[in-house]
Amino acid sequence: MPVLSPTDSQSTTGLIACNECDLLQRPIALPAGGWAVCGGCDAPLYRYTPGSLDRALAFSLGAAVLFLIGLTFPILELEIQGNVTSSSLSRTVQQLWKDGLHVFAVLIAATTILLPALELAVMISVLLLLRVRRASAWMPKLLRLLTLVRPWGMTEIFFMGVLVALVKLAHMADIVTGIALWSLGGMMLLLIAASRSFNLRHLWEQVAPQ
Amino acid sequence: MRPSPRTAHALGLYACHTCGLLSRPAREGASSCGRCGSSLRFRKTNSIERAAAYLIAAYILYIPANVLPIMETHSVFGREENTIVSGVAYLWHAGSWGLALIVFIASVVVPVLKLLAMTLLLITAHYQSAWRPLERAKLYRLVELVGRWSMLDVYVVAILAALVQFRPLATVTPRSGALYFGAVVILSMLSAMAFDPRLIWDPAHKESHTHA
Ligand SMILES: [Zn+2]
Repeated sequence: MPVLSPTDSQSTTGLIACNECDLLQRPIALPAGGWAVCGGCDAPLYRYTPGSLDRALAFSLGAAVLFLIGLTFPILELEIQGNVTSSSLSRTVQQLWKDGLHVFAVLIAATTILLPALELAVMISVLLLLRVRRASAWMPKLLRLLTLVRPWGMTEIFFMGVLVALVKLAHMADIVTGIALWSLGGMMLLLIAASRSFNLRHLWEQVAPQ
Repeated sequence: MRPSPRTAHALGLYACHTCGLLSRPAREGASSCGRCGSSLRFRKTNSIERAAAYLIAAYILYIPANVLPIMETHSVFGREENTIVSGVAYLWHAGSWGLALIVFIASVVVPVLKLLAMTLLLITAHYQSAWRPLERAKLYRLVELVGRWSMLDVYVVAILAALVQFRPLATVTPRSGALYFGAVVILSMLSAMAFDPRLIWDPAHKESHTHA
């Protein structure tokens, strides 16, 4: 990982400031996939990811399909003495709401359904807008929305939660893992791959300042 | 000889906190980034005060989150209340050590470390300490990275409650502890977001500037 050195020249054009320590540095060329790291605090500054936007689009479209499956089909099915219950992502939320746990239901719905869906929708719209190569007034709004939404989507943590629940239930009942479990697992991986290919800093650089 | 570090702030340049664009607005304050439209500030507004408010709220809710049960299990064997800690103990005794360790780290270690780390970061930033900025910056990055994983137990409770609905054989009902726990996670995430990591470096940069 190349480390940038603090600048000492007088001109400030073309410089970038570290997000974490505010140090001004002059960007350098990177090999494909390389990270530039702040010379002052080691924070990652930017990445060079040639051709990654097409990959990001493919990953996020794949994640969207798996998300729809994960949303509607059962994640786990449980059988005790002939009685079967199954839970999908949307049913989990409905059940909590029905039990009067409204705040809890909203918390789960927001972090596992609404915000991941919004993140995917925004990423896909940005990538499609770039494909048709139209400078859009929407672009800055979409990118800002993405920065805002990203930390709150928690698909991968929910998936880990399903695994923990699986182990806790394994002793008391017969469990069938549903198709949605694997869809959610796949969506988690694709979502990570998509956000890794989605070079936000690079996309900001393509937006022309007014 | 190393040049003294030059920061955007030292040169009167605003680095946009959203898109990173450097700009020198004609007028101090009340201006917005020419590229993304975010309002331009040298440092996040009232960063320490806002981060401290979220953190104190998180500390207060941390108590009911751990004392109150997060769920209640009804079965033919009777009624049982589970707390965060008893859930970890259960996994451990069931022989799932790996999973017990993950849940222990996510639900016990991470929340405590996160509260303590944010306390340290806020106190040192408030007193403009130049003490070990690199270590503190790495601590902040770690807090940002792992903090969200504490939501794990909240999801486990939600999934169990949705699945285990065999009246009268066995039912699981979420209890208020889970909600408090979720609130602690969200509040500590908000605290970390409100904190401006540049405040870690400002005193160090000022010091090296006067020594240069
Ligand atoms: Zn830095």
